Amino acid sequence: MTRTPYLPPTMPFPAVTEDTRPFWDACRRRELVVQRCSGCGSFRHPPAPVCWRCRSFAHEWTAVSGRGSVFTHAVVHRAPLPALEAAVPFTVVVVGLDDAPGVRLVSNLVDAEPGELRVGLPVEVLFEEMSPEVTVPRFRVRRA
Amino acid sequence: MKDAAAIVGIAQSEYTKWGGLTRCTEYQLALETIVKAVEDAGLTVDDLDGFASFSNDRNEAAFVATDLGVPELRYAGMTWIVGGGGACAAVAEAAMAIATGMASCVVVYRSIAMGQFQRFGRALAGDVAGGRPLDAALGFALPFGLVNATVGMALLVRRHMHLYGTTREQLGHVAVTFRRHANRNPAAVMHGRPMTLADHAAARPIVEPFGLLDCCLETDGADALVLVAPERARDCRHRPVWVMAAAEGSGPRFGCGAWAMHYMPEEDYATGNTERLAATLYRTAGIRPADVDCAQLYDHYTGMLLLQLEDLGFCKRGEGGPFAASGALAWPDGALPTNTAGGSLSEAYIHGLNHVVEGVKQLRGTAVSQVPGAEICLVASGSGIPTSALLLRR
Repeated sequence: MTRTPYLPPTMPFPAVTEDTRPFWDACRRRELVVQRCSGCGSFRHPPAPVCWRCRSFAHEWTAVSGRGSVFTHAVVHRAPLPALEAAVPFTVVVVGLDDAPGVRLVSNLVDAEPGELRVGLPVEVLFEEMSPEVTVPRFRVRRA
Repeated sequence: MKDAAAIVGIAQSEYTKWGGLTRCTEYQLALETIVKAVEDAGLTVDDLDGFASFSNDRNEAAFVATDLGVPELRYAGMTWIVGGGGACAAVAEAAMAIATGMASCVVVYRSIAMGQFQRFGRALAGDVAGGRPLDAALGFALPFGLVNATVGMALLVRRHMHLYGTTREQLGHVAVTFRRHANRNPAAVMHGRPMTLADHAAARPIVEPFGLLDCCLETDGADALVLVAPERARDCRHRPVWVMAAAEGSGPRFGCGAWAMHYMPEEDYATGNTERLAATLYRTAGIRPADVDCAQLYDHYTGMLLLQLEDLGFCKRGEGGPFAASGALAWPDGALPTNTAGGSLSEAYIHGLNHVVEGVKQLRGTAVSQVPGAEICLVASGSGIPTSALLLRR
C-alpha cells in the first residue's frame, strides 16, 4: 500500500544550510542532484564544502537518474516520535545510486510488498512535498 | 601511555528503570557517586584535581568542582568522541592528563537520569535549523525516520545478516547470556527477571531486525572512577588496575555515527568501527586477543555486540553470530566471558561507563560473577560510531 506522503509532514524538517541548499532546491524541482568534485570528478554525499578524496573545494552539482538499489533496510514498528504513531510500520532504506558510484542516501521505500524488501532490490526515486518549502526524495520499487 | 595511570576508585549509584530516580536530582547523583569513588580509593575530595566525562554530560565539571569544594581544578575534559563511544575515551583522557602532569587525581563520571530529562529510545531531535555540520547531516536522516540509534544500528545489523547469514536466534543468545549474568548481579535492573530464547523470539518488534529484547535498557544511574599516577596508586586502598592501553577514534567517513550517517566505505559498513582501535590496543599492550581473560563490550543492541567481537579479533569477520551461539560469552565457562554484570542490555545503561567499572571489579577479583584468575580485561565503548577502547590489567 502506498501512503502519500509516506511519512507525515509533521516529521522533523531538514536543516537547509549553505552546503545543502542546492540539494533541497533541486528536490523541489523534482530532480535528484549529487555534489561532484571539480578536482577529481568523484561524487560525494552528504554535501560538504570539500572533497574528502582530493581536498578540492571546487565542486558542481550533477543531476542523476534516481535509480539505485537497496543497500540495507530496517522496518520501524515502535514510533520514536508522536508524529509517527500513525505511520508505523514504515521502512527505512539506505539506497546506493546507480550513476553516482559510492553515493548512498538514507530514505524510505514507499511501496514494498510484504516479503519483497531485500538487499539489492532495484528502486527509483520519487519526490514528496512536506511543505511548500521542503520536498524530500523517497524511493519505490523499480518493476520491470 | 602504557601503565601511566591506574584506576584506584570505583562507584556505582543505585540503578533503576528510567524515571525510578525520585529521591534526588541527576546532578546530586553525580556528586554522590564521585564522592563514593574517591572514598573507595581511600582518598578525599581534596585530592581531586581533574574531571573527565563524555556525551555532553549535563553535570558540568566546573559546577561539580565548585559544589564539592575542590581546592584547585587543573583539568576538565569532555571528549568529542560521540555519545556512548566516549566512555573509554574519558578514561583514556584522564590517564593522559595524569601522564602529562596536567592533573594528579582525575575522576571520570557519567550520570544519566532519563526520567528527569529524555529517554534515549525516543527521537533525538526535533526540527533542526542550525548551521552546524551536524544539522546539515541530520537533514538527510530525520525526515526519513532515522531519528535514533535503534534505527541506525538496525540498518548496520541487517547488512551484516545479508553478508554473513547472521540470524535472529544468534542475537537472542547475546540477550539471554547477558540476562543470566544480570540475574546473578543484585545491582542489575534486570536482577530477578529471567529470559529465555523463546522470550527473545516472541518479543514485540521495535525496529526490525531488533525486537524489544535486542535493545538496551533505558535507566537512571551514575558511575564514577578515580585515576592516579603509578607511585600514588600503590598507596591506595585497593589493588590498582592499570590502563595498559587505550585508543579512541574512527575509521573514515563515519561522521557522527550510524544513528544518523551511513556513508562509510562499503568494507567498513557492517562493522562496529572498532577494528582500527583494536590494532592500536594490542600493539600498545604487546598482547593478542587470546590473552584477554574477559571482555566488557558495548551492547546497545545485541547485533552490534557481534560486530564488535569481530572488530576486536575474538572471532573472524562474519562469525560473531556462531561465536555467541557457541556459549563463548557466558560466565564462567565461555571462551570469553563478556558483560559479566549484565551490560547495557540487562544491568543498566550508564552509557558504557558501567562496563569499565565491571572491568575493574574483575581485575580486583571482586566481581559478583568473577572470572577465575582474570588478569586482562578488554573494555570497548559504543560501536557503529566514533568510539574508544581500553585494555586493563591487574
